[in-house]
Amino acid sequence: MLEIKNLHAEVAGKPILRGIDLTVRPGETHAIMGPNGSGKSTLSHVLAGREGYTVTDGSVTFNGKSLLDLEPEERAGEGVFLAFQYPVEIPGVNNTYMLKAALNGIRAYRGEPELSAVDFLKLVKARVKAVGLDEGLLNRPVNEGFSGGEKKRNEVFQMSVLEPLLAILDETDSGLDIDALKAVAEGVNALRDANRSFIVVTHYQRLLDYIVPDYVHVLSKGRIIKTGGKELALELEARGYDWLTGEAA
Amino acid sequence: MASNAQDLDTLVGRHYSAGFYTEIEQDTAPPGLNEDTLRLISAKKDEPEWMLEWRLKALERFRAMREPNWAHVHYPPIDFQAISYYAAPKSDKDRPKSLDEVDPKLLETYEKLGIPLEEQKMLAGIAVDVVFDSVSVHTTFRDKLAEAGVIFCSFAEAVREHPELVQKYLGSVVPVTDNFYAALNSAVFSDGSFVYIPKHTRCPMELSTYFRINAMNTGQFERTLVIADEGSYVSYLEGCTAPMRDENQLHAAVVELVALDDAEIKYSTVQNWYPGDEEGRGGIYNFVTKRGDCRGARSKISWTQVETGSAITWKYPSCLLKGENSIGEFYSVALTNNRQQADTGTKMVHLGRGTRSTIVSKGISAGRSQNAYRGLVRIAPGAEGARNYTQCDSLLLGDQCGAHTFPYIECRNPGAQVEHEASTSRISDDQLFYLRSRGIKTEDAVNMIVNGFCKEVFKELPMEFAVEAQKLLGISLEGAVG
Repeated sequence: MLEIKNLHAEVAGKPILRGIDLTVRPGETHAIMGPNGSGKSTLSHVLAGREGYTVTDGSVTFNGKSLLDLEPEERAGEGVFLAFQYPVEIPGVNNTYMLKAALNGIRAYRGEPELSAVDFLKLVKARVKAVGLDEGLLNRPVNEGFSGGEKKRNEVFQMSVLEPLLAILDETDSGLDIDALKAVAEGVNALRDANRSFIVVTHYQRLLDYIVPDYVHVLSKGRIIKTGGKELALELEARGYDWLTGEAA
Repeated sequence: MASNAQDLDTLVGRHYSAGFYTEIEQDTAPPGLNEDTLRLISAKKDEPEWMLEWRLKALERFRAMREPNWAHVHYPPIDFQAISYYAAPKSDKDRPKSLDEVDPKLLETYEKLGIPLEEQKMLAGIAVDVVFDSVSVHTTFRDKLAEAGVIFCSFAEAVREHPELVQKYLGSVVPVTDNFYAALNSAVFSDGSFVYIPKHTRCPMELSTYFRINAMNTGQFERTLVIADEGSYVSYLEGCTAPMRDENQLHAAVVELVALDDAEIKYSTVQNWYPGDEEGRGGIYNFVTKRGDCRGARSKISWTQVETGSAITWKYPSCLLKGENSIGEFYSVALTNNRQQADTGTKMVHLGRGTRSTIVSKGISAGRSQNAYRGLVRIAPGAEGARNYTQCDSLLLGDQCGAHTFPYIECRNPGAQVEHEASTSRISDDQLFYLRSRGIKTEDAVNMIVNGFCKEVFKELPMEFAVEAQKLLGISLEGAVG
């Protein structure tokens, strides 16, 4: 489904990703862990197509298409979704209205007809319950005045409506207390199925207690230096990153 | 009432009568601003002597005045003697014969706004001889207004049919000598609209110049007078979201509103005149004086404007808050793109006790445009307990445009409360990327953000207007972010 080969990327002339290789098959959940500054967020943003990152080498193929050649909205159309670490506030833009435009944008990209207002509302009502988002937030401006937990839950809610094939969760656990973390994880787990894949980017092992990954990759200085099963995360939790990166604390 | 009904009938009928343009064609005055021009205009309008006298006095005052230069706009000097002050509408043979002859860009815009074909023809200036829906619209419209005793007619009709009202209120809000362009308008105004709402009457419908078809040809010096008598209410819509084909470069209109005790006037404008090409060539100069007089106690005047057109916009819809506990409001969206210049804002003059005013101004600049908010809040010594709240936000698209804020506050009453909030922001890359990553195209994402920015103002517009205004912003911003 997703194949990253020898991916190099830099920001403002500074190399951040230095040869990433990663293969994600349908239905798999991959955790990307690593210390601060290892390139975790850069990887998420490069995959979603954010401007300001220059890919200097390598390729990313998604279901046979070169992802790097596509605009961010086209990537969304192909089924890529990024849950932001810091979801941005958009004053005056209604949350539901934005989501409807997004869903219909994706449908248009796929040559599908627009969803009717009634069907859309049904979908939203069902998903908002499943994710446990306060329904009152649906008609508020996007993320405006939301608490940290509400913002993250809103990301998962959007994901559940847009039904991506590949969801990238960029430090979705940051800033969440344990209850919010559990709730977000439940929302994600409800979406896991044989066709949908996840890349879970996180600094801490904690999230992986709730979203159990098939693979754990350790990123350091822009490279994947170790890959293992879910037990690798526990080992990292116990021993820190230093024994892998070979640096003193 | 009967005369009013008749009046509307004439207006509607006249527009579609074949002889109309031929008759007027001979009326075009030679360029130049002098007494003879005024006499000609007055004669053509069949005006009484007092009206001509008024014009002549205005011309005298105008000659003693100087063109103001304090606004943050730049344009070559205007030769007032080179303008023809009474130009007839284009004759049928000069007009485009069909939509095939009209600029395809214009048609594209109409299409996007969802304007019906026949209306497109009208807006594009094609001689329409097939009467479409508007006849039925006009009939229902006329009956309903007459029943309520509302007077809604052309200014020229009002001068003839309701001289006592016109004489009483004309120039009482914007005096002839108020400013250079108001004096010019007072001398040469061609036509406009007149509205009178009787005591304790709620006008049964929103009054719109859009339905008064002949208003489209009233030309560059429009005069509007709206009077809301005690305890009455009216909502007045000016303009149209479709770009207007217009041959006149200089527009200097005057709008006067009078609200007596407990009366409320809601005045909404969507201005979308030709802004010129991408280099700013052509385009309308829109120098307007709009002022509302809250003359009565507890009266309320609310201005809502969406300004997207014109090469240069220079206007400050204002409120004189004379009546005790009267309320003035100003909600504005001003969008400039390419080489457009806008210097717009409001004046809230608090004279009465307990007067309140609210100002919400949203400026959006794109391309190489310049967008200035200029606002005055004046609290007179007698305005005990007056309150003002001003919020003034600017949004920049790109890095070649400018946003400027010139707030003036004069407070002469220590008990008054004046608040001013201002912000300037750029459309952030974070917001754009967020929306695009959700599957929304760049252009739609920009529109979404801009419309969100303007929401507080749009919610003040009547429903249909608000929908059109949103579409209009999108169209005006096309190509602003690439």
